[in-house]
Amino acid sequence: MVEDEGIRRYVAHAILWIGIAIVAFPVYIAIVASTQDNALIANGQMSLLPGGHFFEVYYQTIFVGTSGSTREPVGNMMLNSLVMALLIAVGKIAISIISAYAIVYFRFPFRMPIFWIIFITLMLPVEVRIYPTYKIVADLHMLDSYAGLALPLIASATATLLFRQFFMTVPDELLEASRIDGAGPLRFFWDTLLPLSRTNMAALFVILFILGWNQYLWPLLITTRDDMQTIQVGIRKMITTTDALTEWPIVMATAVLAMLPPVFVVVVMQKLFVRGLVETEK
Amino acid sequence: MANVTLRNVRKTYPGGFEAIKGVNVDVADGQFCVLVGPSGCGKSTLLRMVAGLETVTGGEIDIGGRIVNQIEPADRDIAMVFQNYALYPHMSVFNNMAYGLRNRGMKEAEVKTRVDEAARVLELTAMLERKPRQLSGGQRQRVAMGRAIVRQPKVFLFDEPLSNLDAKLRIAMRVEIRKLQRRLSTTSIYVTHDQLEAMTLADILVVMNGGRVEQVGNPLAIYEKPATTFVASFIGAPPMNLMSIRSDEIKSQLSGSASEAGILGIRPEDFVITDQTPAGGVALPLTVEAIERVGAETFVYGSRAQDEQRIAATPGELPPGEVIVRIPGTESPAIGAKIRVAVVRNKLHLFSGDGRTRIEA
Repeated sequence: MVEDEGIRRYVAHAILWIGIAIVAFPVYIAIVASTQDNALIANGQMSLLPGGHFFEVYYQTIFVGTSGSTREPVGNMMLNSLVMALLIAVGKIAISIISAYAIVYFRFPFRMPIFWIIFITLMLPVEVRIYPTYKIVADLHMLDSYAGLALPLIASATATLLFRQFFMTVPDELLEASRIDGAGPLRFFWDTLLPLSRTNMAALFVILFILGWNQYLWPLLITTRDDMQTIQVGIRKMITTTDALTEWPIVMATAVLAMLPPVFVVVVMQKLFVRGLVETEK
Repeated sequence: MANVTLRNVRKTYPGGFEAIKGVNVDVADGQFCVLVGPSGCGKSTLLRMVAGLETVTGGEIDIGGRIVNQIEPADRDIAMVFQNYALYPHMSVFNNMAYGLRNRGMKEAEVKTRVDEAARVLELTAMLERKPRQLSGGQRQRVAMGRAIVRQPKVFLFDEPLSNLDAKLRIAMRVEIRKLQRRLSTTSIYVTHDQLEAMTLADILVVMNGGRVEQVGNPLAIYEKPATTFVASFIGAPPMNLMSIRSDEIKSQLSGSASEAGILGIRPEDFVITDQTPAGGVALPLTVEAIERVGAETFVYGSRAQDEQRIAATPGELPPGEVIVRIPGTESPAIGAKIRVAVVRNKLHLFSGDGRTRIEA
């Protein structure tokens, strides 16, 4: 039995290692490629060990960009992506927590129809309503602006639903105790509901930040100026070059840089995440 | 300090369900009033109406000479202790107690004095910085009490505050609440379904059933002279034995107006095992079916000789024809034995046939 257990453990570990290798190898290749000389890669003689061009490649990527005509420093692209992703994540959380508060705690005419309308928008992602949305953004002169990048993606049925479900688990007595303690609706929201939603907000922030960061179609459509380009759009543009060699080290460096913020957010927020799961605050 | 008066208070829900069907109660300044009744009798609804958490659809609620029907809970000068305590989970014990004071714009120094004083009284001083989840059930309960007393309100409202505690702690807290209320002499209204809690706490007991008040009064007076069969079976444990007087066996033993009554009630503790029949009293032959010995006393479950219909006022009680007798713990008749129990005249409770009226013999 003991031996059997040992074998099983080795098999399990082997499977896990294979899984990790499948996921990690491309990332490793990207990191390695970003430190090599472009000519080597173009020749197909890329080494599997890191090259010696780390600092110059990353310096060029972040502050200068490719040597093509549409050169744009990746640092600027990252800033654009970061602003867009933060606006989307924070905006979505802010709007949906407020609308969920209205729907759960207030009795007003057409409350349920409004809730169902919000619910139905789940079936209408940006891709489906892209033409009218583009028209509206264009008419409001929001092309090539952060507002145009973020606003159409902010309304969120998913987050509203999530907060609604959470609010419905908050005991009514807490609201009643607040009322007796002299807290009005705004105070109750600010002093009690928001602190209780902290872990939910952290979880949502992780998901929504990555969602915003990974946007491709929408930024591609509404940004024409190079200095408003996001990193996801930028990478694509770097790869397709018509009359020159693709600068693979820079492309790979950009890909590595594009990975960093989501990884950072997950690593930082994970603690809050786990704490939220362990603590039962209610 | 205030008296609380309910005048013909009604509550009808939008669906047409009438939860409170006209309640009149007068709680004098500093009194401890307990609302007791089975679940669904409207006692919690009534309390929540006093708190202002439920709207009043009829009648008047008067706190300290002011009609509060249209006044917000925060402005009624009441404090409430909830069944699940409803502590703010993200605030420390100190902040939980201070929250209501700060919302009223009280100076921080005064807030601190009041909270510290309440914490001292409730022995929470060492826990002021903890969060509610780090406290035991009994400590949370005390924090909930603390949150009420720091406000120094005119009226305390308690909504089954002890029902989430274990039996031992419940008794200890019951005594604590009574002592605290005595010392502060703040008018209090307390809701419970536990008749023992009701009996021990109340200055004035309100027995409710189906949205109506069955009887109001001093707890012992209610125990001694229940106005209806509902009150008779609800107050006292084990419940009063209620039997129909139709059968000749009982009717022949009663005289005068007593024989006109419909239902006879006898408390288990009023029976004596004896072969004699006291003058004007009632004697019943029983077959012992089961015995519960709890130490100080013994409960005998006996069945009547003939298949007599026992009137069950609340469902889920003893089967018809069964009688409970409480005797000293030293006695223990054998199961299956035939015994004869008797009750003296002035321990008989007589009710009309529908159980709604008490008849004085």
